[in-house]
Amino acid sequence: MLNMNLIVIPILLLLAATAVTVARIRNLWAAVMFTGIYSFLGASWMLILDAPDVAFTEAAVGAGISTILMLATLSLTPKKRHRDGHLQSDDFEEKPLKHSPFWPLLVVTITGCALVYGTYDMPAFGDPNAPIQVYPDPSFVAKSQPDMHGLPNVVTAVLASYRGYDTLGETAVIFTAGIAVLLILRKNTPEDDRRANEQEAVS
Amino acid sequence: MNSFPIIRIVTKILIPYILLFAMYVQFHGDFGPGGGFQAGVIFAAALILYGLVYGLPSLQKVAPPRIIEKLIALGLLLYAGTGIACMMMGGNFLDYDVLTHNFLTDVPAAIDFLPPGEHPRHFLPQGQHLGIFLVELGVGITVTAVMTMIFYAFAGREQVA
Repeated sequence: MLNMNLIVIPILLLLAATAVTVARIRNLWAAVMFTGIYSFLGASWMLILDAPDVAFTEAAVGAGISTILMLATLSLTPKKRHRDGHLQSDDFEEKPLKHSPFWPLLVVTITGCALVYGTYDMPAFGDPNAPIQVYPDPSFVAKSQPDMHGLPNVVTAVLASYRGYDTLGETAVIFTAGIAVLLILRKNTPEDDRRANEQEAVS
Repeated sequence: MNSFPIIRIVTKILIPYILLFAMYVQFHGDFGPGGGFQAGVIFAAALILYGLVYGLPSLQKVAPPRIIEKLIALGLLLYAGTGIACMMMGGNFLDYDVLTHNFLTDVPAAIDFLPPGEHPRHFLPQGQHLGIFLVELGVGITVTAVMTMIFYAFAGREQVA
């Protein structure tokens, strides 16, 4: 247990330190990189909790793709210029605060306290009598072996077979979200525009 | 990033392994950790890494947007189509058990390879294996395609004036 703590405590401390840094740092490039670091730490934490598939997702989506998309957004955003058109600075700085940080801090503190208070109702970590262990049915794990002809990964069996409808719905959500983002963001090439105009003229 | 030889070469070395790992997570997902979504994002991450280092035109040659945008729908169709196939074969929607299928039951050449006394039967993977394999493949295709297309949408734009 002591050995485990040597890994767990530094990761949790680093997570907290990174979160505070992201909130405090004014340089937006650096803030984006820190969110990537936060995701990698989160992925390590998921691995310690025996959830490697969540760790994959966190590392690939959180640290990889979403960091790149945020950097891409920054690079598309115009930099601040003086009236005469000269660049004010080479870097992306967050706007200075116009109001006192007292009220946001108060709201965040109260919310945080409420969340911590909520955890007192939760079962202890790894408690065998926790609802997650006894519900829906502990025999689910045993049942999946003959049902799945011996596929050992119960998570995949639940996601793809027992709850196949849900996963179909999730895939449809990813599909819809992807289409929606593309509809909003995609820019037609001049060639596309010309063709669309021609078609309109014909009809 | 054309002027950074170290990054280019390290990327070139890494990408095959990232793709291979994505394949492993995809096709081994019912035995080990992973599945379609995880494999899809890892695969897309490899494509995006290639695009970042070697430039958008190179990536568009490997993964042409016209094809990738169709893969978004293909993955979902593969998933739903597996369900429809189950219905066609007499089961419920997404009831993979009916996908169990024997083949080559009476080919003499196949019998030669069997231990003596064993009844000649060749199986496609058991219904559940096959069904899970197909729907996870569908999820993986859709996720890879969506992530790659979103990257294209961001990277293909020009800076707002």
